[in-house]
Amino acid sequence: MSSDSMTSAPAGTLAGRSRRSLGQDHEEDIFLSFDPRIFRRFFGFVRPYKLSVWGSLAAVLLFVASQISIPIVISHAVNDAVDSGRVFPFDWVIAGFVFLIIANALGSFLQEWTAARLAQQVIFDLRRAMFSHLQDVSMGFLDQTHVGRVMSRLQGDVNALQEFLETSVSAIGDFVLLVGIIVVLLVMNWWLGLLTLSVLPVLIIVRAIWLPRVKSTFRRARDASSIVNGVLAENISGVRTVQEFRREEVNFAYFEQRARENLEAQVNSAWASQIMVPTVDILSGVALAVIAIAGGSAVLNGRLDVGVMIAFIFYAQRFFDPIRTLSQQYTVMQRAMAAGYRIFEVLDVPVAIHDKPDAVDLVDVVPSVEFRNVTFGYKAGRAILHDLSFAIAPYEKVAIIGPTGSGKTSVTALLHRFYDVWQGEILIGGYDVRDVTLDSLGHTVAMVLQEPFLFTGTVLENIRFNTLSATREQVIAAAVAVSADKFIRKLPDGYDTQLGQRGQNLSIGQRQLLSFARALVADPKILILDEATANIDSFTELDIQNALNVLLEGRTSIVIAHRLATVRDADRIIVLQDGKIVEQGPHNGLLAQNGLYARLLKSSFSSFDEAQPGAG
Amino acid sequence: MTDVKLAQPVPVDFTAMPAMLKRVIGLAMKYPWHMVLAIGAGLGATIFNLVIPRLLGRAVDQAHFLAGEVIPQAFQVHQGLLWTGLLLAGASALRGLLQMLSGYQAEYVAQRVGYDLRLAFFEKLQRLDFEFHDNTHSGDLITRGMLDLEGVRVFIEMGMQRFVMLAMLLLMGCWMLFSTDPLMAVLALSFVPFVAWQAFRTAIYLRLSWTKLQECMSVLTRYMEESLQGMRVVRAFAAKSFEMMKFDKAADLALRLSNRRIFGRTGSMSVMTLAFYTSMAIVLWVGGHRVQSGQMTIGHLTEILAFMTILQQPVRQITMIVNSSARATSSGVRLFDILDREPRIKDRADARELVITGGHLRFQNVSFSYATASGPKLILSDISFEVGAGRTLGIVGAPGAGKSTLIHLIPRFYDVTGGGITIDGQDVRDVTLHSLRKAVGIVQQDVFLFDDSVASNVAYGDPDAEDEKLFEATATSQLHDYLKLLPDAYDTRIGERGVSLSGGQRQRLSIARGLVPAPSILIFDDATSAIDVATEQRVRSGIRKAAGRRTTIIIAHRLSSVMNADEILFLEQGRIVERGRHAELVALGGRYAELFSLQSSADKVFPTPENRALTLEASL
Repeated sequence: MSSDSMTSAPAGTLAGRSRRSLGQDHEEDIFLSFDPRIFRRFFGFVRPYKLSVWGSLAAVLLFVASQISIPIVISHAVNDAVDSGRVFPFDWVIAGFVFLIIANALGSFLQEWTAARLAQQVIFDLRRAMFSHLQDVSMGFLDQTHVGRVMSRLQGDVNALQEFLETSVSAIGDFVLLVGIIVVLLVMNWWLGLLTLSVLPVLIIVRAIWLPRVKSTFRRARDASSIVNGVLAENISGVRTVQEFRREEVNFAYFEQRARENLEAQVNSAWASQIMVPTVDILSGVALAVIAIAGGSAVLNGRLDVGVMIAFIFYAQRFFDPIRTLSQQYTVMQRAMAAGYRIFEVLDVPVAIHDKPDAVDLVDVVPSVEFRNVTFGYKAGRAILHDLSFAIAPYEKVAIIGPTGSGKTSVTALLHRFYDVWQGEILIGGYDVRDVTLDSLGHTVAMVLQEPFLFTGTVLENIRFNTLSATREQVIAAAVAVSADKFIRKLPDGYDTQLGQRGQNLSIGQRQLLSFARALVADPKILILDEATANIDSFTELDIQNALNVLLEGRTSIVIAHRLATVRDADRIIVLQDGKIVEQGPHNGLLAQNGLYARLLKSSFSSFDEAQPGAG
Repeated sequence: MTDVKLAQPVPVDFTAMPAMLKRVIGLAMKYPWHMVLAIGAGLGATIFNLVIPRLLGRAVDQAHFLAGEVIPQAFQVHQGLLWTGLLLAGASALRGLLQMLSGYQAEYVAQRVGYDLRLAFFEKLQRLDFEFHDNTHSGDLITRGMLDLEGVRVFIEMGMQRFVMLAMLLLMGCWMLFSTDPLMAVLALSFVPFVAWQAFRTAIYLRLSWTKLQECMSVLTRYMEESLQGMRVVRAFAAKSFEMMKFDKAADLALRLSNRRIFGRTGSMSVMTLAFYTSMAIVLWVGGHRVQSGQMTIGHLTEILAFMTILQQPVRQITMIVNSSARATSSGVRLFDILDREPRIKDRADARELVITGGHLRFQNVSFSYATASGPKLILSDISFEVGAGRTLGIVGAPGAGKSTLIHLIPRFYDVTGGGITIDGQDVRDVTLHSLRKAVGIVQQDVFLFDDSVASNVAYGDPDAEDEKLFEATATSQLHDYLKLLPDAYDTRIGERGVSLSGGQRQRLSIARGLVPAPSILIFDDATSAIDVATEQRVRSGIRKAAGRRTTIIIAHRLSSVMNADEILFLEQGRIVERGRHAELVALGGRYAELFSLQSSADKVFPTPENRALTLEASL
């Protein structure tokens, strides 16, 4: 939880993103077999739409029934045509056919529409549930988890489930269709049916042999393509470094090698999938030949109606489709299982910190802060803060300093209840932070982070953030107060300028000023400031110093200080070491004590003086 | 610099389509024999595809005509049926084999074209100049190189092949049907124009709605990603409900768009099916009556019905063909836009190798501006200075004063728009880029490291460098002691799959990387901002010792980094406002002196996280 772990160079982030997408492809390759628990939980999300589910199943049945009946009606029509002395007059049969095709169109529409709609709805619900859950899980979980990885769950995994949901309804349809065709064929003429259907097991066996063999070929092709794209992405992100070091030729040779490997893998994979085409065609040819030879002979001998023979021809032309889609569906299901597993893993991350049932709202509270015998750590048995106690009076300005690992950041995180204390209590205006609602706590205590974070959107939206009641004038006033107004007005569209890529077109100091303005608009009673600004140039620094004074005015404030000016202006300085207060008091008092504070100050002076001989 | 928005692909651009598809087909035609084979095999497959309904009809006729009659040569009739059956099996098998051959060849050509395009794209990106890369979002380039390339490739694989197959099927099918029975042919094909038109419309609708949906989804993705990345801010302001509100708004819109799209798609599919079956009903009705009156055989009716069944799928695929063409067009425009660009900065025809005699650098009245939508924007004007061989120049100035631009002119990442730059008397524009950039090394503030081992990163500028040379460089940049203790020492991976380095460590690695190729002119562009003062001093004295005196330029915000320079330039809005040695500038009492007093009094900073432990250690 060190504060500098959040800092990373923008170029590095870009490269990281491209690599993450690469890792994501690999993750998708994990297949899981059927797991009823995942299935059950998943259907928990479908349950609210029970009616739609039944509706779409009914539509499936309508569709399949009409689909199966069409060849039967054709066969009746043909029989009528060749021998008019049949039960139904020919024109009536045609009328029946028209009725059927309308039912068929309706069924196919309703089936697809309800299934796809349902899938979309469930998917959005799932995504929302995950997103909402992530808003509540402990900060510790988010610190350890890569945002890219979480995003791939929110996007890739959720989409895999959507595919599964959408296709599973039509898969049920395919299955019913297959069974229906088999039954109809056997009922119409059992021996010709058996003969024709004998090709089906052959196809199933061939596919069963083929699929596992080509799976690794397909996987290699996927891997090769993500590797080649990963190399491309990295070279685009680092193109300046490439040109600076004249690596064009070396990198091109490397890329060419990867591209060639990809080409070979893709061509192999093309071959592996094309090989199935003639297999299906040969088998369907055999089925048609069987109908022609055996069926034809039966018609010749008067044992079979010519209409039935024609019906057989129509069925034979389409009974291979359900088998193909069904075996594809199996892969989709496996992928969905893996995706479901990962999604529920996220949803199962426990929420450690939530409102008590009787939590009260912090309204108009006196902005005092008190730590009472607080012990806290991140790992069991390794406390960072030991029995820490201090009190901050309303409107007092307190600076906390101390070496890395002394627990400064933990103090601020606890005050905001990012974590709960192990022992002791933290009081704001006399209320234990665990007894108040998180929402009201957030409105009372605000925090400005060391690394300013901006959102894509306009400058105005960024300053206003979630204080939606703030008017444009208020936002501008806040910007003026922290002297951000000057540079904002120079931007192409002033306050309405879109900040590209999270404000990457601004300097870090400018971003920090915007985050100050944001805190000012939020107008919290208590403000926590992590003011390290290692990367800020001296020109912006002066502005920031002035902005700070404005920002802290009329609030209780806790500043994790790195800069002398801030420390000196504080009402009180708390020096932390190893989770304990070693000394506290105003600047001059501490200097007089000649303790750690005085030594810390001297050490930084001395190293600075060493570098600047002769400077005052 | 400026952040250009991701270029949105036009959903369907019919004006650009013919030229673009012609160009894409041209790429495929570089493999003529494969294409001939793909189309030839496709033709063969189509012929056998059409033979099958005819054989089926013949089987029905053979069986039916003689049913119930006393046949003298029963054996011969049975043999006829047997032949028909065998022909059916044979025709199906041949159709399958030819289709496989055609599909494989088409995919092969598509993959080859993809390979060619990929290499061309990569090569071009490496040569395009900084100005281009400044104005182009890297994410956008990655999209072009991955998705747009795929869009073009898939057109060759699917769109083109399907179109040829469909055209052949329709033409030959029409000819066969019309030559035997024109009335039935008209009835049987009556669904084709309607379904074709519907498929075409659907393709365009789906494409338009897809683009809209994608926009919506990318907004949603961005909301989620930023909310997670900025979780501390979100929590610090108790903004969960605000974030959920943003999410819901975007999600609702996406859901509505998606539902409308689903409705359009499934509705249109059902209408197409209905049209097909309606034709079939008419064929059945008219055909049935004609069979009853003996004008037509039952086998012929079967043949027509079977042919219709074969035709149904390909006609629907017009949706796919149109979509694929539209995608190839918009993707092609974006892809060729890059491929057709010429880098502005390249070797002259008569460029010579740069000859270094000491590394004397000279700027003479240099100005630089770049073009924006509202005219040229002046970044540097009237910059003149000289850095003698082995001398050090310091450059100071506020962000945006033009410091980085100035030094980027030296290795010609940009070209001057006025004046000239010489190294040892040779204008940088007269020498080869390769020799120039070999002589000039830049260590940047934002360090880009590659997802590779420590050693490969240090040796980036000279992959063949010996280990000793690498160790020397990292020792100079004060990083060797840290690196050798890593789990796999110099073979440890950096980045996501390996160790993560702190900002200061990254900068020191980058300094070592800059030292390895031993450039004659070495430039530090604020390259020590995250390194503490004491370490920086050790790095600097190390560099002096290691390579003797080389021409050095240092850009820094921390004045301690530049105060020992032989000359310091103070830049403001692209002009040199003060120049001289440190003591002279302090005595001058101008901007530099103001900055210096700011840094040495009010701004005394506690140690940055990296050296905090270090100084604390010293103080305790």
